[in-house]
Amino acid sequence: MTSWLLLLICVMSGTAGDLLTAKGMRDHGEIDDFRPGAVLGIARWLARNLYMVTGILAQAVSFFSFVALLSVAELSFAVPATALGNVVKTLFAKLFLREHVSWRRWGGAVLVTTGVILVSM
Amino acid sequence: MAASSLTVGKAAVDTSNRELKNHLFVSLAVIANTLGNFLLSVGMRSTIFKPWGSPLEYLRIFANPWIDAGVVLLLVWFAAQLSLLSWADLSYVLPITAASYVLTAVFGKVFLHEFISLSRWFGILAISMGVLLVIGTSPRARLGAREILP
Repeated sequence: MTSWLLLLICVMSGTAGDLLTAKGMRDHGEIDDFRPGAVLGIARWLARNLYMVTGILAQAVSFFSFVALLSVAELSFAVPATALGNVVKTLFAKLFLREHVSWRRWGGAVLVTTGVILVSM
Repeated sequence: MAASSLTVGKAAVDTSNRELKNHLFVSLAVIANTLGNFLLSVGMRSTIFKPWGSPLEYLRIFANPWIDAGVVLLLVWFAAQLSLLSWADLSYVLPITAASYVLTAVFGKVFLHEFISLSRWFGILAISMGVLLVIGTSPRARLGAREILP
């Protein structure tokens, strides 16, 4: 019961985290300048972006719930179960970020998820 | 005529530079993620850790140099992942960075002499096929080729 609850928290916060940070980075636009001064400027910009801040918080929740999940469940349950999040994230990227998910990307997401389940079996 | 061919030449250079930058950051993300997780697991196995203990328990693990190195590499991975997302779609970045699962398995085989079962080999094959399928797509598929160029 505890492991299913932790898994749910981990997948939901991980999905929210990835979508929100992707939205924040898209709003920022393509990064081209990687000199320290420019990177500091980007960090300042991102620290004021609501999507980015909530996204990083959600990623932190996801990370700690995954660590907690590992302490109550086996790695061979935790890794494939959270890998299913990949398909959910792809679906949400299409719905909320309006990404064009071609058949090749759907195929890639399904193959990777299947592969992760096989590897951790 | 000369001016227009010059513009085309510059556009071609821009496209190949962007491809190079994209592939550089994909490699950086995959390698930093794999090495970071590897070092973290080496560190966690060599310390005693109680997950339901006090917050001090979470701070104490940073006394382990393996864990520190792992955390630094995972921060590099996070920065590379964020940079990638500034020009690439999430549905492109997610399957491609899964290449780290393959690298992790190879690492386990080469450095830890772990046994790789038949089902694991099939899993590695499936992930590799998925990565190859997605890496051929444009990082930001929503935009047309003309919009991708500056």
